[in-house]
Amino acid sequence: MNQTISAPRSQEQILASNKVLKNTYLLLSATLLFSALMAAVSMFLQVSPMFYLGSVIGAMVLGMFVLPRTANSASGIGVIFLITGLLGFGLGAILQMYLALPKGPQIVGTALAGTGIIFLGLSGYALTSRKNFNFMGGFLFAGMIALAVAIIANLFLAMPALSMAISAAMILVMSGFILWDTSRIARGEETNYIMATYGIYLSIFNIFISLLNLLGIMGDE
Amino acid sequence: MELALKIGVAIILVMMIWRLYPAAREQMRNGPKGTGKEWQSVALILLAVAAFVVFLIFSVRG
Repeated sequence: MNQTISAPRSQEQILASNKVLKNTYLLLSATLLFSALMAAVSMFLQVSPMFYLGSVIGAMVLGMFVLPRTANSASGIGVIFLITGLLGFGLGAILQMYLALPKGPQIVGTALAGTGIIFLGLSGYALTSRKNFNFMGGFLFAGMIALAVAIIANLFLAMPALSMAISAAMILVMSGFILWDTSRIARGEETNYIMATYGIYLSIFNIFISLLNLLGIMGDE
Repeated sequence: MELALKIGVAIILVMMIWRLYPAAREQMRNGPKGTGKEWQSVALILLAVAAFVVFLIFSVRG
């Protein structure tokens, strides 16, 4: 009774959604490479870990107020590179901290590989199954709000157990967002590849940061 | 300095909640509802992700 019934899509709609998908993955690859470059620059410059919080503030302000206004124009591409560059630069400061741990290089390498496998597995599943994951929307938005409240609390409480619980829940919610975003693009419901890239980039970034946190805390005896 | 940055992040997160809340409410009230089978398949996928993360933790612990 509650199942979504959709009309068959025309050849043009399928071509249009394939074009959005191709552009999204191209822009996603470019932004991820740019982030990695900026992370390397930040590590070379040995930026203070506090810069991570500053970069998150800058990226979130740009993502909430500037990107939605520019996503339909060419300047949107500049804004998304600015956001991902900022996040990459902040990430470099965090990576320095992890690399200084006894198993640092292994933790960073495992988090990177794990994030790649989770993203490829989930987006591959959403693309090949062509399932409609729209029903997850309410659950994902509510989950994101609950996580934001928990993150605000832990900014000041700094409880390791809460930090681990937030990271574990973040990985699951962001995995859900990858399924939701990818299925929306594949089904032609997301037509702006810049906004689509931003959504998937944030999911990948958050999974990577959360995996780093979990492996950093639990990866040692 | 660190406290100021934390307060900045908290303010931005509150603004994010403020913007997300109407979308979340709309999705929960009027969004498509999944069937039991659909939720079961999502739960299995998320369970597989959780199991993979546990595997990664044990692989780092060695």
